[in-house]
Amino acid sequence: MFEAKIWKLGDDIDTDIILPTEYLAMKSVEDMKPYAFSPLRDDLAKNIKPGDIIVAGYNFGCGSSREQAPEVVKALGVSCIVAKSYARIFFRNAINNGLLLIEQPDLFDEVAEGDIAKVTPGQEIVVNNKSYPIASLPENLMDILNAGGLVKAMRHKNGLE
Amino acid sequence: MGMTMAEKIIAAAAGVAETKAGDIETVTLDRLMSNDGTTHLTIDMYNNLKNPHIAQVDKLVWIIDHNIPADSPKTAASHKKMRDFAKAHGIRFYEGEGVCHQIMVENHVRPGELIFGADSHTCAYGALGAFGTGVGCTDYLYAMVTGTSWLLVPETIRFNLHGKLNKGVYARDLILTIIGRISANGANYKAMEFVGDGLKALSIADRIAICNLCVEAGAKTALMEVDDVALDYLKEHGRQPKAIYKSDEDAVFAEEYDIDLSEIQPIVAKPHFVDNVVPVKECKGVKIDEAFLGSCNNGRIEDLRVGAEIIKGKHVAEGVRFLVVPASRAVYNQALKEGLLDIFMEAGAMVMNPNCSVCWGACQGVIGEGETLISTGTRNFKGRAGHKDSFVYLASAATVTVSAVAGYITEA
Repeated sequence: MFEAKIWKLGDDIDTDIILPTEYLAMKSVEDMKPYAFSPLRDDLAKNIKPGDIIVAGYNFGCGSSREQAPEVVKALGVSCIVAKSYARIFFRNAINNGLLLIEQPDLFDEVAEGDIAKVTPGQEIVVNNKSYPIASLPENLMDILNAGGLVKAMRHKNGLE
Repeated sequence: MGMTMAEKIIAAAAGVAETKAGDIETVTLDRLMSNDGTTHLTIDMYNNLKNPHIAQVDKLVWIIDHNIPADSPKTAASHKKMRDFAKAHGIRFYEGEGVCHQIMVENHVRPGELIFGADSHTCAYGALGAFGTGVGCTDYLYAMVTGTSWLLVPETIRFNLHGKLNKGVYARDLILTIIGRISANGANYKAMEFVGDGLKALSIADRIAICNLCVEAGAKTALMEVDDVALDYLKEHGRQPKAIYKSDEDAVFAEEYDIDLSEIQPIVAKPHFVDNVVPVKECKGVKIDEAFLGSCNNGRIEDLRVGAEIIKGKHVAEGVRFLVVPASRAVYNQALKEGLLDIFMEAGAMVMNPNCSVCWGACQGVIGEGETLISTGTRNFKGRAGHKDSFVYLASAATVTVSAVAGYITEA
């Protein structure tokens, strides 16, 4: 279990909001960090603290296949995203980069930014004394997450080293 | 139980007789496309593996299209990395030849193939009955090194198309109408399949435009039944199908829609979502600063012909920049032969080399604070075409061109 502060975003948070095109070519994801979510809220990147979580609505991560999007969220230290649903390319990219995604239908509508969530992965999220059940990801995806991403999992499993 | 087109292609790629929506299959990919949006990241990861190798190099196609010609030393370095790697490993490589999906359809895609592209609009290949799907660079790397990947078999939403589009109504209007109806995540994780007598009247250009935009409804892939139009196109381009699949009569669909093409009207997607659609007349009078005719969605010869016919003898409105960007060198050369580029140049447009241009908000033509773009590009997200406080409207080649002449959004 871990405790985390909630940052709240809306529906259809697209990849151009998560990281605009003009910052994609920067040398490292560290350089990109200050610009994450800047079209929507330029306060977010500088205020998110390692361990915080993002709570959002439907279709988080819709749009481009740019992998800098989940990378920059992970680099900010976000411990997980809890959304009603995810766009499929972002979903794969997040898991492949070791960023935990949780689907939860009710949390977004019932919590406020700044609330504190107690997250027990695979079981529940508790906010304001209310428990929201969450499912575990399939085992193959958990293996990737636990390894810290697909490339690291490849090293473990497939003897590619 | 019968199978859908998507299930059949995945079953074949997985080497199993049957599969069904919800199953997870390990598949062997037929083709792997990557462009300069993220290939430099793939190369970095590849070089960090200890003994990396490429499973089947002849399946790889690398294309520099997003930022060509390079606009900064950073981009030039990223291109050099890609060019040098492609040469060293014997990877099929294109540079400056066109937008990746147009290059793929012109030169590589075959019906029945399962194709990963490190670009979300890879679903365009459904125009030729291939299962194309966008992936990130890590999934791409895994497929490049192992030749395989895993796929969740998608449910299918089927669209039965009937009749014909009216004059002045285009494939772009049809797919924007569909996205508006089912919403920006209406097909999330699913395949969108298009069948019916209405397909016959749609050219390959129309079909690419429709399939290409399905990711804007969240779709994993888009698929169209392969007919004589598709087979003729393949023949002209010197290719044979890998396999031709149709959904079985008893296949199970998540949803089915019947669409009468004659009811479709000219449509605009307003900022900042692709499903935010209204008839063009509801946006009439919105002042524009820039217009863009191009992209993997509407930069084909058919689109340029539509634009040229409208603008011939007229002039781009004062204070408006009009970018015309053919989707490939083949399209550019054809437009040259037909005199279309003369028409655009005489009308005051800027004709650019084949690339992704302002559609992806870099390379060229980006718009400033408070500016408005009307575009045949793929997306109108907040900040997509430049400044975070700018506005993108998506529409057909006809609506874009007529608006460029008027200086405000208007109907063709």
